[in-house]
Amino acid sequence: MTARKIRVLIAKPGLDGHDRGAKVVARALRDAGMEVIYTGLRQTPEMIVEAALQEDVDVVGLSILSGAHGDLVPRVLHLLREKGLEKVSVFVGGIIPEADIPGLQAAGVAGVFGPGTPTTDVAAAIRRTQGEGDAG
Amino acid sequence: MATLIERVAAGDRRALAVLISRLEREDPEALEILSQLHRRTGRAMVVGITGAPGTGKSTLTAALGALLRKGAAGRDPQRVGILAVDPTSPFTGGAILGDRIRMRDLAGDEGVFIRSMASRGALGGLSRATDSAVRALDAAGFDAILVETVGVGQAETDISRQAQTVVVVVTPGLGDDIQALKAGILEIADILVINKADLPGADSAAGSLRAMLDLGGGAENDWRPPILKTVGTTGEGVERLAQEVFRHREHLLRSGEGERRERERAQADLERRLSGRLLARWRAAAGRDVAEMARKVVARECSPEEAVEKLLG
Repeated sequence: MTARKIRVLIAKPGLDGHDRGAKVVARALRDAGMEVIYTGLRQTPEMIVEAALQEDVDVVGLSILSGAHGDLVPRVLHLLREKGLEKVSVFVGGIIPEADIPGLQAAGVAGVFGPGTPTTDVAAAIRRTQGEGDAG
Repeated sequence: MATLIERVAAGDRRALAVLISRLEREDPEALEILSQLHRRTGRAMVVGITGAPGTGKSTLTAALGALLRKGAAGRDPQRVGILAVDPTSPFTGGAILGDRIRMRDLAGDEGVFIRSMASRGALGGLSRATDSAVRALDAAGFDAILVETVGVGQAETDISRQAQTVVVVVTPGLGDDIQALKAGILEIADILVINKADLPGADSAAGSLRAMLDLGGGAENDWRPPILKTVGTTGEGVERLAQEVFRHREHLLRSGEGERRERERAQADLERRLSGRLLARWRAAAGRDVAEMARKVVARECSPEEAVEKLLG
């Protein structure tokens, strides 16, 4: 039996067309030894959750710069639960006002990363949700 | 375990996804499940799509998948499974799997299942678990399984052992570079596709490929790979590709070539499994120190040939 690989889906829901941040994170997580499924721009919550199901990922990372996180994130969380994927950890990155973070966390988001977060922090946070230490 | 078998056989997508992950890490229970599912496999049409990086394999795979799903070449709509393999970084063990970007038009269709796989160190253009994943999709009732390889050069020909029909994708402008392909992946092509055929040079690429096939002269089992032109982004030529895929499938059935290939493949697979098991059994029984012998070979105290004789003696 070979070692388990952490599989992460990086998705950009909604209409904003800037995926530089998402790509930087995807690359950093690859460099941290994870398998990153990158789905590209303008994904609906339905598409994201269906991809998470088919790819059997451990983590979904949502990159949102449009300000629509208040609608998109709860919808993704709801659909994940509906499909029996409640064990999947959801992280949100992008432009999220400080005041909105507690609400997202209460809804079940495992972490929120604003601009300038060191990518090593993102990888470490993901590892912690997967029951792995920061090492490696 | 019984429930996972039943759920996969019933086409449950979540069960299938979980089974593939467990097969990727060679979980013994998952391998046992696959073994139990074997009798339900053998129905699917398995098509490999391979070619150099940047030739548009993902877009073409998505376009072909969408067409088969709708019902192409006068056939019933097919349930379509897609396995897309991308390379694992040899330095970090991580991978970016980006093939879904080109497959977004297939989203939201229950009759399509797309799975990205990292090569995880395998060098032949696939991953070690690709074969198992094909069998899992087959058992789950997918009619057509499209396997897109890593972007390959000349030597990554594992797909020819996994797929019934191999589509090799090239692009115009390769010019003399096609020469370099002749001893490599061109030889495994059942169908040759010049994708991005709206770019200049498509006709001369077709000419080079035709000349290459003439040189090959093979025409064994009277199948000459057709040379097709497609534009994956617009779907141009993809209907013809679907027709040729079905025509090749019929050829395999009619000529007996399909059965011959499958038996050959099964035998190679059995021998590979046997050699693994026999080695493990020999190790356990003989208690010989292969590592120590390797040291002697490196220290030039004996040759590898002598070492094997000593180990078996």
